[in-house]
Amino acid sequence: MERHSYDVVIIGAGGAGMRAAIEAREAGLSVALVSKSMFGKAHTVMAEGGIAAAMANMNSNDGWQVHFRDTMRGSKFHNNWRMAQLHAQESPMRVWELETYGALFDRTKEGKISQRNFGGHEYPRLAHVGDRTGLELIRTLQQRIVGLQQKDKKEFGEYEAKLRVFQECTITELMKDDSGVIAGAFGYWRETGDPIVFDAAAVVLATGGLGKSFKVTSNSWEGTGDGVGLALRAGGTLIDMEFVQFHPTGMVWPLSVKGILVTESVRGEGGVLTNSEGRRFMFDYIPDVFRDKYADTEAEADGWYTDPDNNRRPPELLPRDEVARAINSEVKAGRGSPHGGVFLDVSKRLDAETIKRRLPAMYHQFKELADVDITKEPMEVGPTCHYVMGGIEVEPETTATVGVPGLFAAGEVAAGMHGANRLGGNSLSDLLVFGKRAGAGAAAYINSLSTRPKLSDAAVKIAEQKTFAPLANGGNENPYTIHQELQQVMNDLVGIIRIGTELQDALTKLAELKVRMGKVGVAGGKEYNPGWHLVLDLENMHLVSTSIAKSAITREESRGGHTRDDFQEMDPKWRNKNVACFMADGDVQVKLKDLPMLPADLAALFEQSELKKYLSEEEYAQLPKEVA
Amino acid sequence: MGYRAKFRVWRGNANTGALTSYEVDVNEGEVVLDVIHRIQATEAPDLAVRWNCKAGKCGSCSAEVNGIPKLMCMTRMNTFNPEDVVTVSPMRAFPVIRDLVTDVSYNYKKAQEVPVFEGPKDLAPGEYRMQQEDVARSQEFRKCIECFLCQNTCHVIRDHEENKKVFSGPRFLMRIAELDMHPLDTTDRKHMAQDDHGLGYCNITKCCTEVCPEHIKITDNALIPMKERVVDVKYDPVRWLGSTIKRRTS
Repeated sequence: MERHSYDVVIIGAGGAGMRAAIEAREAGLSVALVSKSMFGKAHTVMAEGGIAAAMANMNSNDGWQVHFRDTMRGSKFHNNWRMAQLHAQESPMRVWELETYGALFDRTKEGKISQRNFGGHEYPRLAHVGDRTGLELIRTLQQRIVGLQQKDKKEFGEYEAKLRVFQECTITELMKDDSGVIAGAFGYWRETGDPIVFDAAAVVLATGGLGKSFKVTSNSWEGTGDGVGLALRAGGTLIDMEFVQFHPTGMVWPLSVKGILVTESVRGEGGVLTNSEGRRFMFDYIPDVFRDKYADTEAEADGWYTDPDNNRRPPELLPRDEVARAINSEVKAGRGSPHGGVFLDVSKRLDAETIKRRLPAMYHQFKELADVDITKEPMEVGPTCHYVMGGIEVEPETTATVGVPGLFAAGEVAAGMHGANRLGGNSLSDLLVFGKRAGAGAAAYINSLSTRPKLSDAAVKIAEQKTFAPLANGGNENPYTIHQELQQVMNDLVGIIRIGTELQDALTKLAELKVRMGKVGVAGGKEYNPGWHLVLDLENMHLVSTSIAKSAITREESRGGHTRDDFQEMDPKWRNKNVACFMADGDVQVKLKDLPMLPADLAALFEQSELKKYLSEEEYAQLPKEVA
Repeated sequence: MGYRAKFRVWRGNANTGALTSYEVDVNEGEVVLDVIHRIQATEAPDLAVRWNCKAGKCGSCSAEVNGIPKLMCMTRMNTFNPEDVVTVSPMRAFPVIRDLVTDVSYNYKKAQEVPVFEGPKDLAPGEYRMQQEDVARSQEFRKCIECFLCQNTCHVIRDHEENKKVFSGPRFLMRIAELDMHPLDTTDRKHMAQDDHGLGYCNITKCCTEVCPEHIKITDNALIPMKERVVDVKYDPVRWLGSTIKRRTS
């Protein structure tokens, strides 16, 4: 059996995994970067709008404190304050670093990095390259990794002496030694179907999201929640799984592209949302907590684009959860567009050339996939499953997972940073900030070990049997059909608006699917066999779906990316409660955990009237006097 | 407007293979990749195909549709007549692994051989200053999604396997041009384009530009200017002398 030994194995080669690999290699570690897609194809490539970082290139009032404040508000004060603080403080340097790797962002007149407006960000804050920022990020990090390999070639004679990319290689199990610390990982090569074993003192999970559990999603096929499944089975804890972000603007037509992302930059650049009656309906959906920050007339909203200091922001730029719910309500009320969305129009604000320059990918996407010319006519858009705020519980400083020594997690697979709702642009900065921290955290952990963990043959044997068992199954259930049904259950019963009874139905249906998953058949052999790969991915998607549904039943309130029709209000009692998932008795179990309290110096960044809207009375009373 | 489409899909491995016929439902607005997925879900669960984003952004689903190099996710079914037979085969310039999946490792090897960006040593992160008009040229090339369709279609590689050793193909010659035009890159790349990556093999037939799904003007904006720069360096006697002396001393 093919077997390798590395200091650290990083699972996932999107932005977080690559940034972790760079950091780990620069710290002197030998690194395996394992990716189930080809190198440079990860879902990060689809990020469009930009990277949020308070560089203050467009408005000198910006700073980490303002970014921190916006992030806390966007998350409905439900995130881990320390992660939000580290993120706001470190993201500018992480962006500037990219320039030293060769990134070419759009520029200001002074030659600095240009920054654009986005929902929930008080100032223009997103470093961008047109609307293909994710591609720039992926390629830049990929090329930096090649640069490190070139250095290693000079020193050790081989490009892959110390940092090797294992592409089209899927990890199916994490393995621990007898004392319960991470000792390696087991996987298979997609091309040949052959097994591969890694001996490693640390593993970083950077597997991204889980959108493929939903029918309408902006995620690429890789988003099957592998890291969530791996961590759960290894004894890790998940938090906030009920918080799923439905991006307000996905394509709705043609059906084959339903869910594909329409960047928030369209609204940032001046696009407005209207219903079938031609009304800019977002003015009807400004929640109380944001009322003083958003324009209440079209005149003021329009004025903001040229004079942001004297006008409040247009409500189209409310955080994503608010806009997604508003669109959902308009469509339900019968005021939707012909294909079940609403209209998004940028053609009236910008001329054709400007649109093509600032939103080139959107122009091509609509032209080529929908025969719509966005420089002349509105787009039809509707909510699409885009991102999960929840994931693996980690220590903010090191990204060490709670409960599994040697296991780290960064990027979308980790939780805490975005709380109940993520602001646009904060994911690319998240994966840079915490990807770097994961690489450094793994290095510090390995250096602290007195002996290297040892992988037992028995652990390898168990992982091997599990991975290859589906190939010998003679069942008659079709994995593609089961996947479609799982997506339908999640879409219909655990979607953007939830009800307790429907969530119970979802769990019943998921249990039925679980039984049928035991009867799937795999046709063909082990060489590049997507049917077999899907059977393995399905187990993770099922764990993800169960975790989301159970967490959603538990949280009896509405907050951010979790909306309960039977508990419509945000309840301060729930603000500091994480719903945590863990494995016991072969199933996902749920418990409540307390969030750490915001320290006084950070609480002082907010008006007391604002804190009062979010904190419970007891919490508010506990704040130091000078703050409260 | 749904109809039954006639598809022929190449099935096989490195040693053997053939076109297999399928009849499959097509719905309004669908692309070739949707149809391939439907074949997979209903008739051939082990049909091997690479894809990721299905939105023309990742460059994974490259193949040949009726012999033309294309992204399957961006090839709409309404570009064919319902009675047409649509033939989908793997990229021809690369060895087949299985069905529509090819071994594109040649490209990753070439990518490793292009020395990466090297910025000025005296500039710290945050101190880079560049004008939009100066970064725009390289930005065009950085739109590349690495679908490798240009590599697949370039006859220097497609028709002459032996050239792969000495020729990096349009994608990586464009990468050298991109770095050469980067306002702050400090490496001289003209010799390497010609000597190490085979720029001279390119005879500017523009096949690469034609198949680029990102509509990058590879030949006009990257390869021809790069050829001109190489010529300038080679035939400027003062520069020639200077570079010769420098190379001797190093």
